[in-house]
Amino acid sequence: MSTGLFLVQALNGLQLGILLFLVAAGLTLVFGVMDFINLAHGVQYMLGAYLGAALAAATGSFWLGLLLALPAALLFGLLLEVLVFRHLYDRDHLSQVLATFGVILFLNQAVKAIWGAAPLQVPVPALLEGGVVLMPGLQYPLYRIAVLVAGIAVALGLWFLVERTRIGMLVRAGASNAPMVSALGVDIRRLFMLVFAFGAMLAGFAGVLAGPIFSVEPGMGDHVLILAFVVIVIGGIGSIRGAFIAALIVGLTDTLGKSLMPDFMRLFLDPSSARQTGAALASMLVYIAMAAILAFRPRGLFPVRGS
Amino acid sequence: MPRGLRLDVAITLLVLAALALAPLLGFGANHYLTLFARIMILAAAAVSLSFLVGGAGLASLGHAAAMGVGAYAVAILDAHRLTDIAIVLPVALAAAALFSLLTGAIAIRTEGVNFIMITLAFGQMAFFTASSLAAYGGDDGYTLYDRTEILGSRLMENRLFFHYLCLGFLVFCWGICAMLLASRFGRVLRAARENPLRAQAVGFAPYPYRLLAYVIAGTLAGLAGVLFANATEFVAPAYMSWQRSGELIFMVILGGLGRLSGAILGAVLFVLLESWLPSLTTHWKMIFGPLLILAVLFMRGGLVGFLGARRG
Repeated sequence: MSTGLFLVQALNGLQLGILLFLVAAGLTLVFGVMDFINLAHGVQYMLGAYLGAALAAATGSFWLGLLLALPAALLFGLLLEVLVFRHLYDRDHLSQVLATFGVILFLNQAVKAIWGAAPLQVPVPALLEGGVVLMPGLQYPLYRIAVLVAGIAVALGLWFLVERTRIGMLVRAGASNAPMVSALGVDIRRLFMLVFAFGAMLAGFAGVLAGPIFSVEPGMGDHVLILAFVVIVIGGIGSIRGAFIAALIVGLTDTLGKSLMPDFMRLFLDPSSARQTGAALASMLVYIAMAAILAFRPRGLFPVRGS
Repeated sequence: MPRGLRLDVAITLLVLAALALAPLLGFGANHYLTLFARIMILAAAAVSLSFLVGGAGLASLGHAAAMGVGAYAVAILDAHRLTDIAIVLPVALAAAALFSLLTGAIAIRTEGVNFIMITLAFGQMAFFTASSLAAYGGDDGYTLYDRTEILGSRLMENRLFFHYLCLGFLVFCWGICAMLLASRFGRVLRAARENPLRAQAVGFAPYPYRLLAYVIAGTLAGLAGVLFANATEFVAPAYMSWQRSGELIFMVILGGLGRLSGAILGAVLFVLLESWLPSLTTHWKMIFGPLLILAVLFMRGGLVGFLGARRG
């Protein structure tokens, strides 16, 4: 593989990592603060993508679509919180898994009923069309670079919010010891609602960004959800820093693995089985990484909760 | 017998009796038998999972993988024209037990949510391994040439025989799990679930007990996989997907965690809903999803808890 191709794949990996981080950030906070497993976080990503696509088509502008999709995703997250999730906080993890899976089934099907099963195409906004020349003879799409930049900006903003503001302090305190924060007079439920709605919006934002790159289709959130869970478990539940680093690890591992593995397997196997075995091995890589990390550090790379 | 246990046994016997009599009472048509076989096999797998989750407190989201290992043992041997049960059964047993031993040895070191996630990771690894088996169908799955033969005879092709074989297996699974839960082994598991520190203080390190429970449950699931492969005469990576593991968890929780009869009831209800709802509307999951949510929100303790509360 040439350096140029490697560079492109590395950038793609970083960009997948950034999208995963946006999804995982909300997931890890919700999980860290309220000890609540939300499988439906992935459909919020999907919903963001659909809302972005539909609103962009309706208004004729990607940017207006993005601007409208964010509050819509936030409101929808709040609606789900009020209708379903808040009744599940004091239940065991398996009940939460079950109920939020019900939400996934419903929303995946609802999206199919409204927009059809065929993938939607979202055009790249005119402002970000074209490419950037990375090396002589090697172009990289401008839109993908914009996604990278936007994601990093959001990550920085999130870091500032969580590490440097009062509300962020409460969130961190909630993640490390929720009953204590509650005993000190903070309305932990309200704090959680805030975190939850914000997390839903971030996932929605990731969905809108992903629209023009990946196809917008029912079930697109499921794969991302599992990867996001891998991210927060590797990073240590409740840790934003851990989620960021783990998201980049997972994004790079997955993308580079998928492009390098088949070539690598060709050293041992004939081309056709090398392709198939390589692809399967590549899909497995992130899970192998997760199992290995958990085997040696059962609480992830950056454990938050002290006990 | 305590009242809760009596209810547990009563429900189980009722369901088993209904399944035993169904073919004789006019439900002998092929499509009914296919449905019953699916119910009984998934119920057996759910019972083994209920033993693991309810008894040992190990919520595995990779249980379908162990089932898939059993199913793939059948498929791979079938591709090499080895279809006799004297070969298939020991190989499938050994494969499922070994898979559970290797994954369990690592997974049980973690706790709580991390355990759920690491079992999911192993399940995904099994899933992708199965998709890479190009010689055995890869992504598309593998259609069996023959059902497993029993000492040279093709008894499994007989639908009525197969029905009672599945029923027998369900009874076997339930018997083993109930016996284990009632034994000293089961008490240690429960003690370690309630308070690992205290269990350790009185001299029981939880790890080996949990690992053994994990291997037993995985092996039973592997056997269920052998039957499932025979029932559908088809094996696919989807058998190992995390969604399938999730479905097994539903059956356990829907029926009522901590009671083996719950897993059986849950499987019955799940399979019936899954085959009935699509006849109403193509968007049946829009009904099924909210049903699940309502079941979790309003039926704490699952179906069995619901029935018990009504009677009490």
